[in-house]
Amino acid sequence: MRVSMDLELKDIPGQLVLALKPVSEFKGNLISVVHHHEKRTPRGKIPVQLVFEIKSDHLDNIISLLEESGISVVSVDEKRYLEHGAVILIGHIVHTDIKDTIDKIDNTGYAEVVDLNLAMPRINRPSSASLKIDAVSKQHMSAAIELLKSIAKEKDLLVIEPIGVN
Amino acid sequence: MKTIRASIIGFGAVGQGVAKVLLDKRDYLRGIGIDMKVIAIADSRTAVVDAQGVDLASALSRKKETGAVGSDTISGTEIIRTVDHELVIETTPTNIETGGVGLVNMMAAFERGMDVVTSNKGPLALKYGEVMAAAKSSGSYCRFEATVGGAMPVINLACDVLAGNRMISMEGIFNGTCNYILSRMMEEQAPYEQMLAEAQELGIAEKDPSYDVEGIDTASKLVIVANSIFGMNVSYKDVTVTGITRITPEALSLANADGFAIKLIGEVNDSRINVAPKLVPLSHPLAVGGTLNVFSVQTDLAGPITITGRGAGSIETASAILSDIISIYRN
Repeated sequence: MRVSMDLELKDIPGQLVLALKPVSEFKGNLISVVHHHEKRTPRGKIPVQLVFEIKSDHLDNIISLLEESGISVVSVDEKRYLEHGAVILIGHIVHTDIKDTIDKIDNTGYAEVVDLNLAMPRINRPSSASLKIDAVSKQHMSAAIELLKSIAKEKDLLVIEPIGVN
Repeated sequence: MKTIRASIIGFGAVGQGVAKVLLDKRDYLRGIGIDMKVIAIADSRTAVVDAQGVDLASALSRKKETGAVGSDTISGTEIIRTVDHELVIETTPTNIETGGVGLVNMMAAFERGMDVVTSNKGPLALKYGEVMAAAKSSGSYCRFEATVGGAMPVINLACDVLAGNRMISMEGIFNGTCNYILSRMMEEQAPYEQMLAEAQELGIAEKDPSYDVEGIDTASKLVIVANSIFGMNVSYKDVTVTGITRITPEALSLANADGFAIKLIGEVNDSRINVAPKLVPLSHPLAVGGTLNVFSVQTDLAGPITITGRGAGSIETASAILSDIISIYRN
């Protein structure tokens, strides 16, 4: 997941390196570091913004290590879902329990359905739906679409996926 | 000047297109040192054979007026087996079940050490390895640019022009009929059946459209691409195929609202050969409309190369056949 973190550092040498060390220790991928040396917080400290990608189970360790080093963690903004995907479904989408279809994606823990548009032209005619899916990573997006395809096979739905997935 | 004696086996739209192109380009061909002499033409029922060269203009008008190319009853296969010539232009209809008469013709040509230029997908989609082995052992050329994407230079682009590149993956639209139906369904918000009927009315779709709309045609072309460009050894049964018959106008609208078109896409990479309707971003090079075909290949050195063009039509297909002929005999 992608994490955006606001920190406060003491104005003494070596603090920035100290702040970055836990991220690299847990194999985080640094996206950006903004060091506002000219600004001061009301507590007289230097605000720093970090953005990095990290496996979700390592985030708590990083926060603990930072706090142990005397660095204040002011706010943490986790952005879990980095990948946005869209698919189209055709078939008897509602009659084959659309809630179940969505639940199965949501229950993966790595992907969820975030939007649904349904067109039902006439009873007994196949419906069409556009589904937006968010997932933790590209690989998880592929896995979510594979899962959706296997659900669709059971329910005789046609899944139209974007080019370039997999 | 090199004289090349050729037969045209199969005198439907493509065969007639070849005859027209050979007539039009006679002076050009002579200019590059090739004197093409068609010594026989066969359609499904009749034939005309003339060792001095068949008059192509009168063969074309005879076919148009009477429906038959000549009065001889000799078959195309017999012409290949008994009449002396160097090149067989094989333009009989595709048979994806058995390879049909096209396969017999090609093998007969190789037995006699003749070269073959063909637009017939069946034999290559079914028995690519065997056909190529037969050509190689007899020292014959076998060229088949016209089998994939009509006028678009797909095979020769990848194998000749991009020689030295490793081909990583390929995707494209290889069936103009499906592309037309999907484009029109989107434009008119009309159901599949209605736009299929329109395509049939215009002669874009066959009376029995299953070969196109169920993805069989695209799958056959993918097999040829996989074998010839990617060096695979696959046949039609290795392709997963989904056609366009279940697509609804509502699905096209929903896709469009999200910035996508729905296209029947064929793709080849090292893990799969697949034909299925896919969402293509409207700004993507593969999002071409009407009856156009498009082909995009990902290479290690040149990156992605995309070409688009007319995938069918008798003159367009004949253009691919002409380029194959020239590439064999120019040197």
